[in-house]
Amino acid sequence: MRRVPQYAALLAYLVFLAFPLVWLLSTALKTPQEMAALDPAWIPRDPTLANFGDAFGEQDLVGAGARSLVVALASSLLTVAVALPAAYALARYRGLLKQVTLGWVLVSQVFPFILIIIPLFMVLRRLDLVNTLTGLVVVHVTFTLPFALWMLQGYVRSVPRELEEAAAVDGAGRIRSIVSVVAPLLAPGVVATLLFSFISSWNEFLFALVVLKDPEVMTLPLTLVRFTGPEGVSRLGPLAAASLMATIPSLIFFAIIQRRLRSGLMAGAVKG
Amino acid sequence: MRLKSALAAAAIVALTAACGGGGAEQEPSSGEPVKLDFLSLAWQKESVEANKQLVEEWNKANPGVQVTYVQGSWDTVNDQLVTSFEGGDAPDVIHDDSPALSGFAAKGYLLDLKDKVPAELRSDIPQPAWDTVTFGDGKGGEGVFGVPFLQESHVIIANKKLLDAAKVRIPTSGEPWTWDEFADISKKLTKGDTYGVAWPMKSPVNKTLNLALNFGGTFFQTTGGKTTVKVGAEEKEVLQRIHDQLYKDKSADTAALGMGTADPLPGFFADKYAMLPVGVFLRQQVAEQAPDGFEWVTLPPLKGVSAEQGAVSQTLSVAADSKHPDEAVTFISFFLNGPNQAKLARGDWLLPTSVKAASDPVLTTEENGWDVATASGKNLVVAPFLKVNGFDEWKSKVATPVLQEFYANKITIDEAAKRLVDDGNKVLERYQR
Repeated sequence: MRRVPQYAALLAYLVFLAFPLVWLLSTALKTPQEMAALDPAWIPRDPTLANFGDAFGEQDLVGAGARSLVVALASSLLTVAVALPAAYALARYRGLLKQVTLGWVLVSQVFPFILIIIPLFMVLRRLDLVNTLTGLVVVHVTFTLPFALWMLQGYVRSVPRELEEAAAVDGAGRIRSIVSVVAPLLAPGVVATLLFSFISSWNEFLFALVVLKDPEVMTLPLTLVRFTGPEGVSRLGPLAAASLMATIPSLIFFAIIQRRLRSGLMAGAVKG
Repeated sequence: MRLKSALAAAAIVALTAACGGGGAEQEPSSGEPVKLDFLSLAWQKESVEANKQLVEEWNKANPGVQVTYVQGSWDTVNDQLVTSFEGGDAPDVIHDDSPALSGFAAKGYLLDLKDKVPAELRSDIPQPAWDTVTFGDGKGGEGVFGVPFLQESHVIIANKKLLDAAKVRIPTSGEPWTWDEFADISKKLTKGDTYGVAWPMKSPVNKTLNLALNFGGTFFQTTGGKTTVKVGAEEKEVLQRIHDQLYKDKSADTAALGMGTADPLPGFFADKYAMLPVGVFLRQQVAEQAPDGFEWVTLPPLKGVSAEQGAVSQTLSVAADSKHPDEAVTFISFFLNGPNQAKLARGDWLLPTSVKAASDPVLTTEENGWDVATASGKNLVVAPFLKVNGFDEWKSKVATPVLQEFYANKITIDEAAKRLVDDGNKVLERYQR
């Protein structure tokens, strides 16, 4: 009985989290007439798949989704590949360089994106990376990296230094102890960083808008916005249907990877 | 282990695909067709179809000039354009609206089309529409920085059953309602749970300023080359009339004030609102969303001392950096000829600027109020605010909050006028130094 308030709070939180997704699903299945009803209903009276037909028929959602997936996977993997060794160095070594680097990482988060978008565009243009997915991956990695670095650095710090010292006593060198001792313990942190980078890249709109211009390279967020018009008016049905489809790859990615996120942190590290 | 292998495989696939994705535009070598990028902002289903069909038609007939259709969005187009103009990588043909062109023209981003538009297209579009795209070129001269092709007027969409029951005179384009008649009829239609009218005023500025022309209200005056804000009796007229409907006659629902343009539709379909003064494009949403058996009519714009309304235009422009400006202008001339404008107007539920298009039977049919909507185009004149340097800042920082407070009955009309003028002039002054 003492747990009832806790469960009630948990349930309320779940409802709060699920509400947008359920409403999206409900809207995607409604006819235009039902969407304009004064008293909106949760369950569509005459469910229709016409909105999905319109969404897929009018826009290349599958192609855009595939490109978004490629960009998000490439960005997240590259981010982790670059951030992981850097995070280890920042967590384990002391010195002025470390302070300066950490300070710069924090400061870089303060700049509004909009300020740097034009210079960034010009740099990409010089490198012939405008209108390419490679260009977008470079931008996403650049902008996810500072936070990923900060995140991973925290995970590295939480791995007791004594474990590496114990490995050294047993004759392991620095590389060996990193690979065999530290890396397995960092798995949940790596997974969390991968997820963060993947979702940031998957949802990113502004840079994609600026970097990509041909329909053949456009990503999913750029495709979704085509269902909106001026003055806040939008084609709600196809937009809801397309948005719902756009959430599915994220959910699948999360479902595959989440087991790693919650299991294994420090498993066995403190065995007496 | 399986996860590691899967991630490694995904990494290889993703990186390979990313590195191979897309590609920079190549300069055509001799014999290769000229390539033009056309950034379109069409978003309604029929409109996108019409745009794509016209591009396809052009590409078939002109193998030497191939146009790539790129769909943008109204919400983000100006951010996108600023970056690509600055980076020298703008689309060749650009769809936008006339208020945005002024700033781009002054910075030299757009090609002056004054001497480039063919005579036939020039004469098919009346001068008031050309006025909406004529701006300073930033070098002391004036130029024409786009071809205007779609415009919006404000009409009244009404519930036919409620109008018939109230036995009111149905206005015609030749004999529209006056604002006085409109106020009386709104009162008559207000019964029980039904309000005569809903004024969605989430973005009140353009609507108020465009309608203010009915009484000669311009809100800006220019003397000796200096533009200042003016809120006199003419400008106050429409403000006061709307305010009276809300708080004196109580024939307009105050709950609708915070709504966006399309938000009152559920109430309209449920007989909560008998009439909606809205832009002509909203007819599309009404036609699509109205419940079976719901009868609605489009009524002509109201008349004050005149039925004039301020207008802005949707436009097609050519980027100053375009490598193929002549081909771009030729494409625009094809795209915006009379019959094609009729298709575009029909697709977007807006009014064509082309005289030929306006007489096209598809735009004069009684179905969905096209006859009334198209006829309302004759009342459109260039919106007085269009050429005011600093208007955007005045609109967002001064006029929007002031008008919202006034319509919410938080300040008097004199306080609103004082703030519009005093705070507004401070803003405008900065742009005229």
